[in-house]
Amino acid sequence: MTAEGWREVAGARSRPWAGTRHAVARGGSGPWWVALGGVVVVVLLLGAGAADQRADFEQAFLPPSAEHPFGTDQAGRDLLARSLAGARVSLLVGLVAALVSSVVGVVVGGLAGSLASRAGGVVDGVLMRVVDAVNALPHLVLGIVIVALLGPSLGSVILSVALTHWTTTARLVRAELLALEGVGFVEAAVGAGAGRWWVLSRHLLAHVMGRVVLATVLMVPHAIMHESALSFLGLGLPDDQASLGTIIEQSRTAVLAGHWWPAVLPGLLLVALSLVVFVLGERLRPVSWGRS
Amino acid sequence: MDDRRRVRLPTRLHPARPPLTGLLVGRLLLLPVLVAVVTLVMFALAQRTPFDPVLATLGERALTMDGPTLEAMRDRASDTGAVQQWAAWWGNALQGDLGVSSSQRSPVSTVIAQRLPWTLGLMSAALVLAVLGGVLVGGLAGTRPGSWADRAVGGGLLATQAAPPFWVGLVAVWVFAVWLGWLPTGGATSPGSGSVEALDVLRHAVLPVLVLALSQLPWFGLVVRDATRDALAGVPVRAGWARGIPTARLLRQHAVRPALLPLVTVLGVRVPELITGAVLVETVFSWPGVASATVDSALRLDFPLLAALTVLTTVLVVLGNLAADVAYRVVDPRVGRRDG
Repeated sequence: MTAEGWREVAGARSRPWAGTRHAVARGGSGPWWVALGGVVVVVLLLGAGAADQRADFEQAFLPPSAEHPFGTDQAGRDLLARSLAGARVSLLVGLVAALVSSVVGVVVGGLAGSLASRAGGVVDGVLMRVVDAVNALPHLVLGIVIVALLGPSLGSVILSVALTHWTTTARLVRAELLALEGVGFVEAAVGAGAGRWWVLSRHLLAHVMGRVVLATVLMVPHAIMHESALSFLGLGLPDDQASLGTIIEQSRTAVLAGHWWPAVLPGLLLVALSLVVFVLGERLRPVSWGRS
Repeated sequence: MDDRRRVRLPTRLHPARPPLTGLLVGRLLLLPVLVAVVTLVMFALAQRTPFDPVLATLGERALTMDGPTLEAMRDRASDTGAVQQWAAWWGNALQGDLGVSSSQRSPVSTVIAQRLPWTLGLMSAALVLAVLGGVLVGGLAGTRPGSWADRAVGGGLLATQAAPPFWVGLVAVWVFAVWLGWLPTGGATSPGSGSVEALDVLRHAVLPVLVLALSQLPWFGLVVRDATRDALAGVPVRAGWARGIPTARLLRQHAVRPALLPLVTVLGVRVPELITGAVLVETVFSWPGVASATVDSALRLDFPLLAALTVLTTVLVVLGNLAADVAYRVVDPRVGRRDG
C-alpha cells in the first residue's frame, strides 16, 4: 500500500475530536451544562463589570442594596463591578496558567514516554525524577518561593502556577504513551513504514490530545484557587489588577469591623466560578474518554 | 535503518516494587539529594531576580548608609556565585547555624523551634478531625448508594472542595468571633496574658483547627465513600449476604477494612495539601506557626528563614510519602505477597 493510502487511514484515526458532537449529545444534560458554562466564561472574559469602579469615600461600606447588589468596599467602590472584574482576572490567569502548564507537561511527558526505551531510559528517568522533585514541595509553598524571588506581578503569578502544575499532565502523557505500545494502529503504521516522528505526532500525541484538553480544563479551577491563594497572601496581583483573592484579602479588616459582604459575596463568586469550570470539565470527560 | 523505524516501548508499565528495607534505604538516601537540589535551585533563582540580598540583610540600616558602601557590598555579594553561596549556606547549616531571620529578628533555628510545635499541633488536630469526619460522612454515604444522604454528602463535599480555606476562615471569623462573639478572632493566646494557659489556647485553636479540618474533609470523605461503595458491591459481601450473614457483621468484617485501606495509604500523601491549608489558615487566624512565618519571610524577602522553611517542608513531604508507602505494605497483605 502506498504511503498516501496509509495517511488517509491514519488521518481518520487521529482526529482528536471525531465524534465529539455525538458524545456530548449522549451525555444527558451535558450540552446544557457545557453551554451554560461556556456562556459564563465568555461573558466574564468579554469584560462584564468593566463598569463603574470609581472610589467615593462617602459611600464606603454600604450594605448590599438594589443599587449595589454586593454592597460597597472600604473606598466606596461597587463590589459587584469589582468582583466581576476580579473574576475576569482570576479566570484569565487560570486559563493562561493551565495552558502554559499543559504545554510544559506535554513536552516533558512526550519526551519521557517516547524515550523510555532509548539509551536505557536515562532521559525518562531524569525527567521523572524532576517530576518527583517538583511534587516534593507543596505547590503553594513552591509558588510562594517563586513569587517572592521574582517579585509579585501578573507574569510571576502565572509562572508560579504553571511551574507547579505541569507534573500531572506530564505523568498522564507519559503513561498514555507507554500504554499505547503494541496497540493495533501503531503497529499498522510502523508496519506501513511510518517513522518514529510520524507515529509520535500523528498517532500517539493525537491519541492523548483529548485527555490533555480535559486535563487542561480541569486544571483551570486549581489554577484559579492557586492564584487567589497567592493574592490573598499578598504575593499576587497589585490592586489595579485586583483578582477575587485580592478583593477578599482587602476585606479582612472590614470583617473584623463587622462588615460581612466584602468577604462573603466575592468569595461566593469565586466558589461558583471554580464549580462552573469544574462541572464543565467533568461534562467533557465522556467525550475525551469515549474514543479509547 | 530498520531499527530507526521501530518504535520500542517498555513492556512493564509498573516497575516491580523493591522490598521494604530497600525502599526505606533508597528513599532516605534520596532525601539529602532532593533537599540539596531544591536549595540549589532557590539560590540560583535568587541570583537571577530583582531580589537584593544586601538590602534584605541590612533592612533599615541600609537607609543610613552611603551609596559607595552599598555598591561595594553588592559587588562582593554578586562576585560569589550561586554555588558558592549555596555551599557556604550548607556548611553553616550542617553546623547548626541557619543564619538570622530579618523578619522575626532572631536566629532561624530559634524561630523554627518556637513555631514548629504550634503548626504540628494545629495540623495533627485537624488531621484527626478530618479523618474521623471523613469516615463518618463517607461511610454514611457509601453504605447508602444513590440515597438522598449520598447525594447530599457528594454535593456538599464538592462545594466544600471548591471553597478556598482562607475564605472559609474569614467567614468563620465573622460568624463566630465578630457576630456571635463566642471565640477570639485570631492569635494563639490572649494579648496581655504572659503565660500560655491550656484553656485559653484551646479557645483560640477551635476555629483554625475546624477550618483546616474542613478543608481536608472532602477528599477523605470521597475516598471513604467510594471505597465503601466498592467493598459493598464486591463479591465477598454479596456472597456473605447470600449465606445469610447479618448486614452489620458483613459491614464490620468485609467493608471496613477494604474501605479504610485507601485512607491509611493516602494519609501520608496528603501532607502537601495539609501544609498548603496550614499556610492559609495560619495567615487568616494569625496563628504563630511556621506556615505563617513562610508567608512573612516571602513578603519581607527574609531569605535565610525562607530557605530553612523550604527545606523543612521538603523533608516533611518526603517523610509523609515514605510513611504512606510503608503503611500500604503493612496494612495490605496482598502487596508484600505479590511482589515477593
